[in-house]
Parts: sequence; structure tokens; C-alpha cells
Amino acid sequence: MAGIGFRTLLYKEVLRFWKVAFQTIAAPVLTAVLYLLIFAQALRGTTEPFPGVSYAQFLVPGLAMMSMLQNAFANSSSSLIQSKITGNILFILLPPLSHWDLYWAYLLASVARAIAVGAGVFLVAVLMADVPVRHPLWGLAFALIGSGMLGAMGIIAGLWADKFDQMAAFQNFIIMPLTFLSGVFYSIQGLPPVWQAVSHLNPFFYVIDGFRFGFFGQADVSPWLSLAVASTAFLAVSLVTVGLLKSGYKLRH
Amino acid sequence: MTSAVSIRGVEKRFGSLRALDQVSLEIEQGEFFALLGPNGAGKTTLISALGGLVRPDAGQLAVMGHDVAADYRLARARLGIVPQEIVFDPFFSVRETLFIQAGYFGIPRSAALTAWVDELLHKLALTVKADNNMRQLSGGMKRRVLVAQALVHRPPVIVLDEPTAGVDVELRQTLWAFVRELNQAGHTILLTTHYLEEAQQLCQRIAMLKQGRVVALERTEDLLSAFSDRVLRVKIEGSLKADLAARARPADDGWIEFVLHDLAEVEPLLASLRSTGVAVRRMEVTEPDLEEVFLHVMETH
Repeated sequence: MAGIGFRTLLYKEVLRFWKVAFQTIAAPVLTAVLYLLIFAQALRGTTEPFPGVSYAQFLVPGLAMMSMLQNAFANSSSSLIQSKITGNILFILLPPLSHWDLYWAYLLASVARAIAVGAGVFLVAVLMADVPVRHPLWGLAFALIGSGMLGAMGIIAGLWADKFDQMAAFQNFIIMPLTFLSGVFYSIQGLPPVWQAVSHLNPFFYVIDGFRFGFFGQADVSPWLSLAVASTAFLAVSLVTVGLLKSGYKLRH
Repeated sequence: MTSAVSIRGVEKRFGSLRALDQVSLEIEQGEFFALLGPNGAGKTTLISALGGLVRPDAGQLAVMGHDVAADYRLARARLGIVPQEIVFDPFFSVRETLFIQAGYFGIPRSAALTAWVDELLHKLALTVKADNNMRQLSGGMKRRVLVAQALVHRPPVIVLDEPTAGVDVELRQTLWAFVRELNQAGHTILLTTHYLEEAQQLCQRIAMLKQGRVVALERTEDLLSAFSDRVLRVKIEGSLKADLAARARPADDGWIEFVLHDLAEVEPLLASLRSTGVAVRRMEVTEPDLEEVFLHVMETH
């Protein structure tokens, strides 16, 4: 019984973004490609971030991962806040769904959207920059961990926020800075030591750096360190998320 | 037999507001039960507690013998709630909405489910709108979809929280005919409504809540006979003798009323009127009225 409930919620969550795929997949792909066009053009001729890797090539995995992180977050957070505000959250609170059903369904739907967006960005970007894929399993691992972590953060934000402006604040003041300051557009080796140290405190940095390793076989830090930090961060966020869902935080009063 | 709904000593506070105060009720299987009370009496809070949306501070609630907290999966699988507010998911059609809701309750897609969904759509006059997006439906139709959603997993206990608010007469009749049919098939119905005549016609027992407390809990007929009487209303020509005048009470528009404790009092009363030369031009007997009972109970508690 639990299996069908979970699968139905996952199906519904995937259908929810798929029905508006122009907005939820095509639009973020276009945004990422515009970033790539502009930055790659503006910074053409700058020093290679890694030996043998042009700036345009370097940008592709970072932009793909940034889009994945943002869309994973957007998927679960927007679904929950919309359901809470419109009141149709009742439809999932009245049935015999467990907190694990909710966690996995919202999380996996976020991952599905993130992978769709990431694949879209990559497929368009490789037409513009020849990007190798040296270690696909590393790339896939960080894609799943990163989008899972942000999917879980989206659940937390969706539970916490009562209004759309609170959600916007969470996105603009937490998610966006962490994403932009994670080395999407640059290698942190080029930063002053202080900012390098600050970057090392940002779990998003490890997700993007590890993902980039999957493409170039080169990264700012060891992929094993990135895997350890990203997995720990994902686990920590998931524990909080499951705890909130189990307690019925802002769902059951 | 296990109670369909068991509510024992339930308390709930929201800050300083005591929303539910030691509420205890047992609703038997197959009953058609009304929960009445003014706005803010705690009806929706109690229903929400039954559905697990509100967690009580004290007390226990069970559906078909399953505790709503400890055995929440079993309890919720046996409960269908039609919420008071019209809510819908704008991403889906009516049919998709029903299949998804059935899935949440662990019901796999099958020919049997499709047949039941089609029957629900038919019974609730939604067949022609089955493939329309929820956004395209009128308020009354959206409410019917909520009813269908609550029934899609065939729950033995059905809770209707003001299901006919803002619903036209034809649909109201259709809905009640269907709910009666479900009740006759063995489903337990718990109804809240502000249309007291609906509760009076449909429900076997009534509980009244005021400020979170149960202030009346009786069989409908007992409640009516305890707090309300039949009334003989007449319009007459001539003047009443002293003994009849003492029993009569004037009403609007020239009507005179005599309270009846028994229908057998009608004939002697009319005979008395005739024998004193009073001609009865119009006459009617009004049945006990739940509205009167309701007002009386609310005033005295």
C-alpha cells in the first residue's frame, strides 16, 4: 500500500513540472545557455582555469550544475508552498502517506527535474563548447547528490515559508549566494586565500567541483573530499527534512 | 461492535483559545450522525483531529477501532473527509485528480478502480467534465469533485464538513440521494451543516458543540421532542373563550398558535373551538423544528 502511495505522489510531482515543461525545463536551459554565451564571449582569451581546459569548456559543467541545484530547490519548494497556500496540501495529508513517502516523492521529483534541466543545458552547451566526459560516474554521483541536497532544502523551505515572499527571501538570501559563490564561473585557485577558505566552507562548492571532475578529470580539490563533504551535507539536510516531515512541522497543527 | 468513530476526552488549545474541551463521542457503524454548532464551535477542529490534520493536546480519537495517531495508516485508509473549503490542484483534470487521490490511498490502477471512478463521476453529475481541468469548473462542481475524492477509496466512514454550502438545490438533492445510498450500503456518515433541516431529515443522532464542548448528544427524535413541540396554527373568526385564550399564543399575520404535546390533542382543540362558535378559516400543524432546538440549546449553555 505504501509503495503505491509513494509512487503516486512521485508521479503527480513529476507530472506537475512536466505539464509546464516550457517554464520548468526549457526556460532554465535557455537562461544557462545565455550565461554561457555571454561569459564565454566576454572572457574569451583569459587564462585557462585548468591546463588544457578553455574558459568556455570550464563553464559548461558549472552552469549545468547551477541550473540543476536551482531547479531542484525550485521544484520541491514551489510545489509545497503552492499546496499550502491554495490548501490542496490536504490531498496528501489526509491519505495514509508516511513522512518517508513525502520525503522520497518530493526529493526524487526534484532530482528528476534537475537531471532534465542539467541534461538540457549540457546538450545545448556541447554544441557551443567541446566538453569531454572523462568520468561519467563521478559526474552522475554529484548530479544526484547535489540535486538531492537542494531538493531536500526545497522541502525545508516549502514547509517553513508561509508566504511567497518568505520563499523568495530563502531563495535570494541563501540559495543564490551559496550557488554563485561556489565556483560556477571561476576556479577558486584564482581567489585570494581568504576567499578560498570561505569557499571551502560552502558545500555547494564541493558539489560543483566534484561534478566538474567528472568532465575534465581535474578539480580544485580531490573528488573523494568533495564526495565526502557533499554526501555529509546531503545527509544532514535530509535528516532535518525527515525530522520536520515526521513532526508535521507547519503541516499538522 | 467497534465504533465507527470514537472520540474520548479530546482537548485542543490554540494559544489561549480552547478549541476542544473534553469532547467525547461514539458514533456507531452505519449511523448518519450530525455535528452541529455555531461558527467557531470546534466542529472543523474536531474533524481535522479525526483526519490527523490537528494533533490534540489530550484524549484519543479512533476510526473503526484504529487510533488516528498510533495506527494512522489504518485509520486514514478508513476515513474520507470532504473539507469545508473548496480546494483543488490546478494542474490536473477531474479524472486525473481522482486517480491520483486513489493512488495516495494505495489503490492500484485497475478496471475496478476505473469503473468506480466512472460511477462516482456519474453519481455526482461530473461525467461531462471528467477530462476538463479543475480550473474550468464552477464552485459547485469543484465541491462535487471534493466529494468524489473523499469517496474514491471507498472509506467506511465518510465525513462531510458543510458539503452543501453554496451548492444549488438540484445538486444538493443529488448529493443527499447519493449519501443516503452510501449510508444504506453501510457507510457511516458524519455531517456538519448550517442547514439544520438537512440534519433533521437525514441524521439519526445529533451532537451540538458550543465553544469546544458537547452541549447536546441525543437521537434526533428525542432532541426534537425534548426541546420542541408540534404547534397547531389557526386563523379564526370569532373570539376565544378564556380557557382557550390562556392556551393560545399570538403569532405573526393573524395566526394563533396552540402548543401540542401530542397529535391527539388536535381533535379536542378543534372541537372546543367549534363548540364556542369560533370558525377556523385556515389551519396547519407544524412539526418540531431543529432550528428551535438548536437556538434553545445554544441559549441555555
